[in-house]
Amino acid sequence: MAYLEGTNLVAAYGVVPILHECSVEVEKGELAVIVGPNGAGKSTVMRVLLGMLEATAGEVKLDGQDISMLSTQERISLGLAFVPQNKNVFPSMTVEENLEMGGFLRLDDINKTIEEVYSLFPILYEKRKQLAEELSGGQRQQVAFGRAMMTQPSVMLLDEPTAGVSPIVMDEIFSNILDVRNAGMAVLMVEQNAQQALNIADKGYVLVSGRNEHTGTGSELINDPEVRKKFLGG
Amino acid sequence: MSDSIDIINAFALMTNFVILPALSYGSQLALGALAVTLVYSILRFSNFAQGDSMAFGTMIVILLTGFMIGKGWTITGIPTALLVIPIAVIGTSIYMLTMDRLVYRHYRRIKVKQNIVGITASIGVMFITGGIVRFILGASPQRFEDGERFIFSVREFKAFTGLEQGIALKTSQFLTITIAILLVAFLFYFLQKTKTGKAMRAYSDNTELALLSGIDPDKVVQITWLLVAALTTIAGALYGLDKGFAPQQYHLLLLPIFASVIVGGIGSPLGAIAGAFLVSFSEVLLTYAYKKFLIYLLPLSMHPNSLVQLIGTEYKYAISFVILVTVLLIRPTGLLKGKVIVGD
Repeated sequence: MAYLEGTNLVAAYGVVPILHECSVEVEKGELAVIVGPNGAGKSTVMRVLLGMLEATAGEVKLDGQDISMLSTQERISLGLAFVPQNKNVFPSMTVEENLEMGGFLRLDDINKTIEEVYSLFPILYEKRKQLAEELSGGQRQQVAFGRAMMTQPSVMLLDEPTAGVSPIVMDEIFSNILDVRNAGMAVLMVEQNAQQALNIADKGYVLVSGRNEHTGTGSELINDPEVRKKFLGG
Repeated sequence: MSDSIDIINAFALMTNFVILPALSYGSQLALGALAVTLVYSILRFSNFAQGDSMAFGTMIVILLTGFMIGKGWTITGIPTALLVIPIAVIGTSIYMLTMDRLVYRHYRRIKVKQNIVGITASIGVMFITGGIVRFILGASPQRFEDGERFIFSVREFKAFTGLEQGIALKTSQFLTITIAILLVAFLFYFLQKTKTGKAMRAYSDNTELALLSGIDPDKVVQITWLLVAALTTIAGALYGLDKGFAPQQYHLLLLPIFASVIVGGIGSPLGAIAGAFLVSFSEVLLTYAYKKFLIYLLPLSMHPNSLVQLIGTEYKYAISFVILVTVLLIRPTGLLKGKVIVGD
């Protein structure tokens, strides 16, 4: 039994079915990646895990406890954190305020966690008084990441963290993600850059039309000729 | 009246008839405009019920003032209305929270995102609120100012300075400007520095991310209504102390308030304040008769025969309307960078 499990998830947007019995799971200290073509339901999996979209069937378990009926806020307070793909910062608030808002639910002193975020992303310390909207794409991504870390989560869900950033920044973000995993968090991410993501992943899911098409370790999937041909461009 | 050029008396005249009235009117508009800005930023609709809500708050102030005076519970020199404002704010808060529960919450729950739905709902609330006020107080104008009318009167000012033109500072003007400054300072402190205020800004900035950060949307909405009720009641009470209360007059205040919000840049609190003073000074400057002012400043041969009034006071609402239309045509985001109102 893994730390976070989504089992046989079925979900739809209105009458349009998106997920058909899709399952994902991730262990603490593990990086799992969901790849697949556009419209495969990759982001929908995350929304269901977070309770932002109600699943019509299937269940979500965190550390063995069924959390399927809990609200998003309750799941957040249990240790799930999410970095959305778009609109993942508070643009007209400063970097520091963004981090403070991330720790909104916490009643203890959050300054120590803010220091930790700054030591992970030194550039954010320099720009802490600047508005998030004034930052570059990569820096904004770091703010988004830092905001999510403020709840001291045990599971980090990332929706296309490298969308729209340069290759150099992408490497930087991936190395940040590995740092987080090595610190013992469970990390589940959806990625467009399938090749690079699978390279660093412990586990990969290839999703097609809302179904698990292939599952395996990162290197297994990369070396699978069918996966290579269909999803990694040969 | 002297026939030489007299700048000091001209300035005194301007202060008495333009600057002080425009400053206090602008302060009243600013408080109303801040209430509209808060509703727009957090609840995402333009609140057409603002003017009538101000009438509602003022109604409670008037009723309580009457009660207090009847009991003889007054303090010499201080308008009784000032003493009852805190209770009136509570009353208006309860009314607004009830309206939110009965009307607006439904549209939030079904996740209607369009401004137009909120606007339509608020027009309904506007008619209901206006109806309640007319039902309870009647439609005729009334005054509820008691206590000392002037901080200093024209006669006292003339005796003190020896000038031909006097300046009077009405108690209501003094209170309006002072209270507006204190209230705005509190509001900005609250939004910038407190955890709850920051949560409101976060909710306004990016609602989904606010939810993901564990910010409780119901609480944000409730606190917003409490702040809006305070701003609305105080703005209404101050306007009423200054110019008297009439339901129709308050209803029409919607136009200059919306003009202020849009001129300043919708969603921007600083813009709303700047817009309010722009509108108030435009209204007062354009409807003022400059004859006497020019007589002080011009040599005898050039003295005007007419009133030199650019626009009649009966057209003062047209000024707000022209400002509104001009800004929407030329710079829809307003003077300070605000949002363009589209149905997002």
